[in-house]
Amino acid sequence: TVWIRFILIQNRAGKTRLAKWYMQFDDDEKQKLIEEVHAVVTVRDAKHTNFVEFRNFKIIYRRYAGLYFCICVDVTDNNLAYLEGIHNFVEVLNEYFHNVCELDLVFNFYKVYTVVDEMFLAGEIRETSQTKVLKQLLMLQSLE
Amino acid sequence: MPAVSKGDGMRGLAVFISDIRNCKSKEAEIKRINKELANIRSKFKGDKALDGYSKKKYVCKLLFIFLLGHDIDFGHMEAVNLLSSNKYTEKQIGYLFISVLVNSNSELIRLINNAIKNDLSSRNPTFMCLALHCIANVGSREMAEAFAGEIPRILVAGDTMDSVKQSAALCLLRLYKASPDLVLMGEWTSRVVHLLNDQHMGVVTAAISLITCLSSKNPDEFKTCVSLAVSRLSRIVSSASTDLQDYTYYFVPAPWLSCKLLRLLQCYPPPEDGAVKGRLVECLETILNKAQEPPKSKKVQHSNAKNAILFEAISLIIHYDSEPNLLVRACNQLGQFLQHRETNLRYLALESMCTLASSEFSHEAVKTHIETVINALKTERDVSVRQRAADLLYAMCDRSNAKQIVAEMLSYLETADYSIREEMVLKVAILAEKYAVDYSWYVDTILNLIRIAGDYVSEEVWYRVIQIVINRDDVQGYAAKTVFEALQAPACHENMVKVGGYILGEFGNLIAGDPRSSPLVQFNLLHSKFHLCSVPTRALLLSAYIKFINLFPETKATIQEVLRSDSQIRNSDVELQQRAVEYLKLSSIASTDVLATVLEEMPPFPERESSILAKLKKKKGPGAVTVELEDGKERGELNGGGDRGGDAAIAASNASTPSPSADLLGLRSTAPVSGTTPSAGSLLVDVFSEAGPSATSAGVNDDGFLSALHAPEASDSPLVEGPGDSDSAPPTVASEDPAPPLPESDELLNKFVCKNNGVLFENQLLQIGIKSEYRQNLGRMYLFYGNKTSVQFVSFNTTVSCPGELQSQLNVQTKTVEPLVEGGAQVQQVINIECLTDFIDAPLLNIKFRYGGALQNISLKLPVTINKFFQPTEMAAADFFQRWKQLSQPQQEAQKIFKASHGMDTEVLKAKLLGLGTALLENVDPNPENYVCAGVIQTKAQQVGCLLRLEPNAQAQPGEQMYRLTLRSSKDTVSQRVCDLLAEQF
Repeated sequence: TVWIRFILIQNRAGKTRLAKWYMQFDDDEKQKLIEEVHAVVTVRDAKHTNFVEFRNFKIIYRRYAGLYFCICVDVTDNNLAYLEGIHNFVEVLNEYFHNVCELDLVFNFYKVYTVVDEMFLAGEIRETSQTKVLKQLLMLQSLE
Repeated sequence: MPAVSKGDGMRGLAVFISDIRNCKSKEAEIKRINKELANIRSKFKGDKALDGYSKKKYVCKLLFIFLLGHDIDFGHMEAVNLLSSNKYTEKQIGYLFISVLVNSNSELIRLINNAIKNDLSSRNPTFMCLALHCIANVGSREMAEAFAGEIPRILVAGDTMDSVKQSAALCLLRLYKASPDLVLMGEWTSRVVHLLNDQHMGVVTAAISLITCLSSKNPDEFKTCVSLAVSRLSRIVSSASTDLQDYTYYFVPAPWLSCKLLRLLQCYPPPEDGAVKGRLVECLETILNKAQEPPKSKKVQHSNAKNAILFEAISLIIHYDSEPNLLVRACNQLGQFLQHRETNLRYLALESMCTLASSEFSHEAVKTHIETVINALKTERDVSVRQRAADLLYAMCDRSNAKQIVAEMLSYLETADYSIREEMVLKVAILAEKYAVDYSWYVDTILNLIRIAGDYVSEEVWYRVIQIVINRDDVQGYAAKTVFEALQAPACHENMVKVGGYILGEFGNLIAGDPRSSPLVQFNLLHSKFHLCSVPTRALLLSAYIKFINLFPETKATIQEVLRSDSQIRNSDVELQQRAVEYLKLSSIASTDVLATVLEEMPPFPERESSILAKLKKKKGPGAVTVELEDGKERGELNGGGDRGGDAAIAASNASTPSPSADLLGLRSTAPVSGTTPSAGSLLVDVFSEAGPSATSAGVNDDGFLSALHAPEASDSPLVEGPGDSDSAPPTVASEDPAPPLPESDELLNKFVCKNNGVLFENQLLQIGIKSEYRQNLGRMYLFYGNKTSVQFVSFNTTVSCPGELQSQLNVQTKTVEPLVEGGAQVQQVINIECLTDFIDAPLLNIKFRYGGALQNISLKLPVTINKFFQPTEMAAADFFQRWKQLSQPQQEAQKIFKASHGMDTEVLKAKLLGLGTALLENVDPNPENYVCAGVIQTKAQQVGCLLRLEPNAQAQPGEQMYRLTLRSSKDTVSQRVCDLLAEQF
């Protein structure tokens, strides 16, 4: 069966803003993957596809300002569904952080994990409705 | 909607993060971090109990430091403490820390599991979700053991909140993937399947991932999901663009759920129920229709979401491969995308069309797009798009368009990206051969190939052109003329020299009539390239020269001069020196007749599958190779029948796996002259009988494949055994019937799964040693019966039998042994084994003899196991995974999870896996701890491709180390048997 292997958010300089792993990797391997993804994705321009073969998998990515949002999936998986999965996620972040910028992800890194878990779990899509996700996030926000 | 502000709630954290960001150097950052670590450590160690807020803040800081890439070796206990807080934010940080930094400290795991248990039973949906997310993120076996029973209950309980159900479904999926043996769905199956009907679309979205995974493993148990999925899909597809409210994305109703439903259906064949099938076809038609409707929004999100569904629908249509109308419509739709301004769509259309090209229903429709695809090959900016275009051209090629496609590929090669040249070369070579109507076109094409991309022309390609020229006399003259012309170029590729040397050596006489290509001109041309060539090419040229001496006696003096020169006859390379010495001698002492016999034209090569095709399959996996050798069955075979395709490809690539005999032209291992028959070989030996030792090795190496066999080393154990001791010899049955196999015979058998030689059995009287060797589906086993006593065995008799159905699966033949075995002596027995089809049981070996009057009657299992007939198959990672996926039917897989009985020493593991007979593939599994192997089991009836994956959890404590072993093959019995055998080895 197919599932998301990892989700990475990196900036153009290669700094990781989120790394969510759905497969067991040791720390060295994670670092290697992060560097490879950065190398593969940043050389591509707007005329290129949003998909790139990566080891035995493929990366579906989209760039938002200085940030690359990358999802690593099986080669047989549905490219466009994940491409829009990224966009859906970004729209939720944007709403939640009110015009999200890179710094929001840095200072609120622990909240970004919550957003991810609401939308993706165990490498699968958990919830796609922005309304439902945001409602839940606001409910959590109100708890202390 | 209130937006969150920077680091709200934890000012200290925000300050710390700012400090780190302000550090000007790595050193400054490390200094700041160390200061913070010291601070946190002192807080944690301090006398004053920390309040929940402080604990949360410090744990969060530790997490931040860890995420920056620094090791964290404390704080775990504080994090675990946070789990039992009643405050959400504290609990959340605790769980996050655990999820990111989990380690297998068993003490902590117990505490964590305790906290999770409390939260799961708290009936607080927020806490339940946190706990479920933690399990889903960690997914360890301990957690599976603790919660795999509880989570299905939560998932299907009537009073569970929707959000908890979503988390529970995916949590369960994670546990199932990690520890399938612990997740027992039995009683829950039907209620889980019915989650497809849940009112809450989010629940359906989450549950369908679980159902898809479970269906792919147990299709029969879950088959009721098909009709439910079809009706759910139908409701979504027919809804208006705003009906689904929260689940409408840019005017597209539930795009992700639609895709998942369509993917679930790809686990099954087309529905048998006419009504369900009708409804599904209607859905697919509606999806195709919608693609033609004007877009409801100009946003790319709208078209992407719509097309995500469309491509998934097309995948399903291709998966069914039974609805010509839908296939052709799909093809037309993709044809429109080929010219779309979105690169993504062009790429996906090319990719998808590639699979359509192999369906007999849509092959012609795909062909109509040839010009667009050629254009894509020439003009696309993204190399991955050009790669897809090349794949598609290859897939759509047939007799009608081969010349055009080959010409386009050749001209593309001149500027092609380095990354795809080798593959392009293989494709051109295959198409040129397959669709060659006149062979001069074929020869031209291959020589062009060498000219344009010589570096990328592998051995297989030039071997193949030579095979074909040798086998077809109508093209030999043309080939000689063409290579002669090609060699005129001042700089020509070494591969061209090889082909030229070989062909002129064989057929130079066909063009020797023309004074412009007289024998001496030919020789000088070849020899002018000699000094720039590598050793193997020079060796080949030397053979061409000796052939020239035979073809053209007038060149003899010139060539002998060359052979006699110090640079040849004293060459530091032993192969070159040997050839020079032998050829010189041969040319001087052999009579013309002998010379003509020895250097006769090469006999035709036996027809076989193109080794190039095998190589491409190896490179690309069978899915990408859509040209079969038989025109008649070139289509239809490739689609759908994934397992069959996988098999054939593994078998084919196996043909090109290096083996001593795989050197196609015999250039390396045997004498390079035409001596392909043993008689020619021995003739050579005669000729050289007085030529000194260096010559003898030119004889054909006729090592039988078992010639290296020796008797097993004598055992260390004392051999002297008084007759009185015979009572203690294990089971001696008085009956003359063969005894039942010894209780330990399975264990003895298992010792030989990964090795071929050793001592099979030993008691005080007798030792039985084994040497065995296998090739293809044949095996030969030598049994050595050693009499350990000083007294002779009489009436010594052994029989080998195949009980039950094994009789029709294995053909075992042996000769009887001498009935007397002297004391201290050893007798040998040869057993020939032919594997007719796959088998499970082992043949029985019964040994009967009398020792001091008492009848000894021993039965053992002969260690002939199915894995002995493995041929290793090397393949690249991409191929491995492609084949792995093709063998995804549940019955094709066998899996076992078992405790390690020995240590997990890497080298030992590797040796065992190699001993199994498969190829151990490096750099394939993304996790370097894992092992993957591939091989083909050769039986007379069929070849069964087999893939293997062994996943150790080496980090676990000794005593808790486990393996998961997964076997996939096209035959369920084979997967199971190999899995069973191998599981006993670790």
